Amino acid sequence: MIKNKKQIDEIISKFIGKKGSLIPLMQEIQNIERYLSIDTMRYLSEKSGVKLAEIYGVATFYTMFKLKPQGKHIVRICKGTACHVSGANSIARSLKQELNLKDNEDTTKDGLFTIMEVACLGCCSLAPVIMIDDNTYGKLTPDSVVDILKKYN
Amino acid sequence: MSFTIKVGLASCGRAAGAVEVYEAIDKYLSKNKIKAELKKTACIGMCFSEPLVEFVAEDGSSITYGKVKPVEIPELIKQFNNRSPIKNNIILSNHLKGSENTNLNNQVRIALRNCGNINPESLDDYLANKGYQSLEKVLNEMSQEEVIEEIKKSGLRGRGGAGFPTGLKWSFALQAENKKKYVVCNADEGDPGAFMDRSVLEGDPHSIIEGMAICAYAIGADEGYIYCRAEYPLAIKHLKKAIKDAESAGYLGHKILGKNFSFKVHIKEGAGAFVCGEETALMASIEGQRGMPRIRPPFPATSGLWGKPTNINNVETLANIAWIILNGSAEYSKFGTEKSKGTKVFALAGKIKNSGLIEVPMGMPLRNVIYDVGGGMLTDKPFKAVQLGGPSGGCIPEKLLDTIVDYDSITKTGAIMGSGGMVVMDTSTCMVDVAKFFLNFTQNESCGKCTFCRIGTKRMLEILTRITEGKGKMEDIDTLENLAENIIKGSLCGLGQTAPNPVLTTLRYFRDEYIEHIMNKKCPAGVCTSLIKFEVIEDKCVGCTACARKCPVNCISGEVKKIHKIDQDKCIKCGVCLETCKFDAIKKS
Repeated sequence: MIKNKKQIDEIISKFIGKKGSLIPLMQEIQNIERYLSIDTMRYLSEKSGVKLAEIYGVATFYTMFKLKPQGKHIVRICKGTACHVSGANSIARSLKQELNLKDNEDTTKDGLFTIMEVACLGCCSLAPVIMIDDNTYGKLTPDSVVDILKKYN
Repeated sequence: MSFTIKVGLASCGRAAGAVEVYEAIDKYLSKNKIKAELKKTACIGMCFSEPLVEFVAEDGSSITYGKVKPVEIPELIKQFNNRSPIKNNIILSNHLKGSENTNLNNQVRIALRNCGNINPESLDDYLANKGYQSLEKVLNEMSQEEVIEEIKKSGLRGRGGAGFPTGLKWSFALQAENKKKYVVCNADEGDPGAFMDRSVLEGDPHSIIEGMAICAYAIGADEGYIYCRAEYPLAIKHLKKAIKDAESAGYLGHKILGKNFSFKVHIKEGAGAFVCGEETALMASIEGQRGMPRIRPPFPATSGLWGKPTNINNVETLANIAWIILNGSAEYSKFGTEKSKGTKVFALAGKIKNSGLIEVPMGMPLRNVIYDVGGGMLTDKPFKAVQLGGPSGGCIPEKLLDTIVDYDSITKTGAIMGSGGMVVMDTSTCMVDVAKFFLNFTQNESCGKCTFCRIGTKRMLEILTRITEGKGKMEDIDTLENLAENIIKGSLCGLGQTAPNPVLTTLRYFRDEYIEHIMNKKCPAGVCTSLIKFEVIEDKCVGCTACARKCPVNCISGEVKKIHKIDQDKCIKCGVCLETCKFDAIKKS
C-alpha cells in the first residue's frame, strides 16, 4: 500500500530522464512518506525503470534514508568529537530514559519521537548539542534536554 | 541619531537563542519608534559568546555584546544612545579602551573576511564589500592562463586536508581537452569537530559562488555543483538564495557580464555518508550512485563527473580565490611559511575558552593558537592534548605544542592538518576512549569496498573496546600497530589510509595510558565505565537523598539523614550522583 501515490507520481515525473536524479528523487519521496518502504521502492523501480537492487543499494548506503517508519519529531543527538568529550553520552542516556526507549529502540511507542545519533552537527563550540527537526539546541545538560523535549510534546 | 544593530544568526547563534534576541530587538525598535536599522548577519567566529549583538553608530564606531538575553535589549539600546555603553558583556569595541579583543587581534581574516559582517542573504551587501569585482577583473583583463598563474604564485594549497597546490590542480583541468567540463565545490564537511565550511556557506555564500565562477572561467567549464551535507539546512538555504540572486544580477548564467562565458551552478544535498568527502565517492554520489571511491588514475581532472574533466575544490579553498585575484598573489603569499602560504581557518572546540572559528596565518605555533587566540583552557584542569584533523588526524601532546601550523610540520607529528578541526582535551579525557571513539566512527563510515578498511577497522575497534573494558592484553598493542600498518597500505582512499592515525598517535604519545588500562585495569581519566566505580564517602554523607532521587536506575539506598549506599551491581556509572551531591560525598575511583 502506498499512501501518497499521486504526489509520488508527480515527483517521479519531475525527475525522470534527468541525469543523477536518483538521490534527490528518493529524498523528496522520503520527505512525503517519512521513510522508504519496500513497496514504495518497488513502485519507484517500476515507474522509473531503475533496478530495485540499485534503489535498495542507494537507500542502505546513505544514513539519511530510513527503511522504517519515523516519529513525528526527529531528535538528532550529536556524537561529534567536541560533544563526545563534553558529555554527549549522558545527554543520550537522559533522552532515552525520558522517552522510555530501550537500548535497541529508536522510536517512541506513540510515534512522536525518533532519536538518532549523528556524527557532527557543526555547532562544536556549543557542545553538547542536539537538533530537533530543524532547530539546534546547545550547551545542554541531562536536565535541560528534558525541558527542551517537553516543548515538542 | 540613527544606528545599525547586527545580530549573528548562523546555526551557532540560533542554537544559543539569537532568534529570540533578534525578535526582541525588532519589537522594541518598532514599539518605541526608534530609527535604527536591524540587520541579520552570520557567524563572526566568537561562538563562545553567542548570541552576539553589534551596535554600529553613524561614525562607524561599534560595540559588540556577547551572551545577550532578550530582557537586556531596552537597556543596551538606551545606553548606546546615551553614549555610555554598559561595560558588562562587551566583547569587542573600537572606541572603548581596554576592551580590545585579543581573539580577533591575533587573526588574519581572508577566507572569513565577510563572515559576521555582511548579511549573507543580501547580494547588495556582498557587492558593497568588493563582491564580484574579482570575477569582473578576470573576465575583463585576464586570460585563463594568467588566472591559473596568479593562483599558482599565491601558493594556495587545498584546504580540504591533503594540501594539493590549487593552481596546479586547475592547470590539469585546463589542459584536459573536452568541450564539457565541471567545477565541483566539496561542501560535504563530515569531520566531527570541524565547522568552518558551514560558517562560510552560511555567512558568505557569494564568495564561494564567485570562487567557483573564476575557476570555471580558468579551466573552461560551464557547469558546477556544490555538494553540501544535508545536516546544514541553513547553509543550503543561503546558497539557494545566493545562486538565484547571482543569476538575476548576471553574475551566473548565460554570457556573464556580457562576455563569452556562461556558468550555472546546482546544489546537491548529501544523504549522509562521510566517505562522500572523498572526491571520487563524491562524484559517484552526484551521479546518483552509492558513494564509493574508485581507483585513481584517471584523476578527476581528466575523467571526473560523468567521465568529463572535473575540478574539485573545498569550500575554504574557494573562499580564498576572489581575495587573491583582487589583492594579488604577492599580498597573499606574504602570510605563511615557505611551503604553506596564506592563512588557515580552524574550528576551536572542546575544553577551550574561546571556542569558535578563527583564521590565523600559517606558521603560528599551536601554543599561540590555543592560548592567545583561543584564550587557553576552559577550566582549571590542565591541557592534555589537541586533536587535529578529525578521524584522519591525531592527538598532539603538550610537549609538541610549539609545532607550527603548516602542512608539513603537522604531518611530522603523526596528525594531519585536515580540514581544520581542533579539539582541545584536558585531563578529564581518556586517550584510549578517544581512539575508540574515532575508530567507531571510521568503522561505521567505511564504505566496505576495501577488505583492510572494512574488516581491519572492525578488529581494531574490538581490541580497543576490550582494552577500555579492562580485558586487554599486552600483545594487543602490537596487534593494533600491525593492523594499522596494513590498513594504511591496503586501502584505496583517504578514509582507510588515515583511519589508524588516531590510534597510532595516541599509542605514540600516550602509551602509558594504554598500559595502565591493560596492566592495572585503571582508567586514569575516569572515563571508561567498566574501570571506574562510584562510592559514598560515609563521613561526608548527610543523608539528603538528593543523589538517590536523581539516580536513573534507583541503585542508591538510604533513608533521610542516614548514610546512603550505592549498589555496585546495579550502578550504570553515569555519574549523576557525583554531579548532584552538594557535600562532595561521592567519590569516583
